[in-house]
Amino acid sequence: MTLTATRSSRGRAAHAAPPARWRGRKVQGWLYAAPTAVIVGVLFVAPLVLVVWMSLNRWPLLGQATFNAPANYLKITGNPLFVDAVLFTLKYTAITTVLLSGVALGLALLVQERRPGIAFFRTAFFLPGAVGFAAAGLLFYGMLNNDFGPIDPMLQALGITSEPVKWIGTPNMALFSTITLVLWRFAGFNMLILLTGLQAIPTEVYEAARSDGAGRWQIFTKITLPLLRPTLALMLILSVTGSLLAFDQFFVFTNGGPDNSTVSMVMVVYRDAFFRFDLGGAAALSVVLLVALVGLNSLMMRRLR
Amino acid sequence: MSRYLTLSALAVLFLFPLVWSGWASLEEPSNYLEMARFGEGLDTYATNSVLVSAMTVGGTLVVSALGGYGFARFDFPGKNLLFLATLAILMVPYATILIPLYVLLGYLGLQNSLVGLSLVFVMFQLPFALFMMRNAFEALPRELEEAALVDGCGTFRAFLRILLHAVRPALVTVGLFAFLASWNDFFAPLILLNDGASFTLPVAVVSMTQHTFGAIDYGMLQSGVMVMAIPCLILFIVLQRHYVRGFMSGALRG
Repeated sequence: MTLTATRSSRGRAAHAAPPARWRGRKVQGWLYAAPTAVIVGVLFVAPLVLVVWMSLNRWPLLGQATFNAPANYLKITGNPLFVDAVLFTLKYTAITTVLLSGVALGLALLVQERRPGIAFFRTAFFLPGAVGFAAAGLLFYGMLNNDFGPIDPMLQALGITSEPVKWIGTPNMALFSTITLVLWRFAGFNMLILLTGLQAIPTEVYEAARSDGAGRWQIFTKITLPLLRPTLALMLILSVTGSLLAFDQFFVFTNGGPDNSTVSMVMVVYRDAFFRFDLGGAAALSVVLLVALVGLNSLMMRRLR
Repeated sequence: MSRYLTLSALAVLFLFPLVWSGWASLEEPSNYLEMARFGEGLDTYATNSVLVSAMTVGGTLVVSALGGYGFARFDFPGKNLLFLATLAILMVPYATILIPLYVLLGYLGLQNSLVGLSLVFVMFQLPFALFMMRNAFEALPRELEEAALVDGCGTFRAFLRILLHAVRPALVTVGLFAFLASWNDFFAPLILLNDGASFTLPVAVVSMTQHTFGAIDYGMLQSGVMVMAIPCLILFIVLQRHYVRGFMSGALRG
């Protein structure tokens, strides 16, 4: 969905006219592609078919599966945890996407021009992205702990707060803290995406605008933003998809709490499968998520590009 | 100058958590010793993680190099269909096929297996890797291969002896992405592994917060964070150019 070929012109030319001596080597071609075909067939196409079949069955974690369609789908709306999770995940996605785009765009504009030392800052902003998400969640879990972490003493020393903050103790604070974690972990990654877009804008365009007397703000709104649109679209799609599928951050950092207030949709799938041992129900939720996300992605791609 | 002040303040914000975590883990050196004895032992989890990463990187490189060469240089029936099916992996949210993969690996006798987990990682890496490798092989001049063929090499020997060397930068990029993904992933091993002795580092260290009775040892937890993060930080800094190259070629996992 997010592939754009840099060497497409060359690549396509090579596809269009293979010299005669390169043709007719079907068997060899198949042999080279066979490992890919096996992996894609067994580990991607087969599970896609299986998830649909599982969703049509009563499929306990252990024991025999029995056909019961469409019971797994009918009970979705009666699953209060899932209905709440849908609303919570949508709220989380909206806030995260807006903040993440803003922070990433700000960072990208700051490090856009090559200046002395700028490479250091780019690396510094990206570095959290190299840390695994689970590790990042545990890092914040310790850093925001009231007894162990450094944040509470620092805020109190600065006179900003007078008592320990319940970082993950209330629903709103848990959401706020998780979003901070996500911004820290992903802002640099999204900055890098935007940088590739910014660097594709020819400098002549800026020079022309400047010689026409355009101010900085005008250049930003009239030139940078419109020309950045495809890159922004890509970033939005990645951010929306990633947020709708949020799991690690909530599982590791808030564990869905307090009072199931930060349970995401994928967390419900996980709990249905491995705590309620209802793989059929989890499969039905997966199918619904899959269809919704594929639909949303194609809609966004059509509207934004 | 004010730009540099802003940049420096932001850099402090971004680097502070990493520096703090390193410092907190070292505050008491016993943190690492306790971490080493936790659960099945750090050596077990680290070995599992290294094995999974090695199998994922190796598997991804072999499958995508062979496939990339096949797609770049040969015509065969079903070629476009297979390429589209591989790219479709990007369209399907990863979390939604892990439940059927869990069942499927059970049928194959690969449930709770590091090999099974690695194969799943190879599959998730394949769209990016195959795309990168196909482009790299397509960019090579055909003369390079033809010279070898005239010398009497078969295509496979030409591939092994000459072409693989020529696409080394792409192999490094693909390998780096495969390593970071498999070393760091949490959700797939959480679902596909169910026995403590086969856990990888992320699942094992997270379990410290969820299954300890009594107080959580936060210092030990940060030493776990460091054990997971340091290899990635070093690799990223050393191979940064390759990472950005992979990015620039526009191939991003969705």
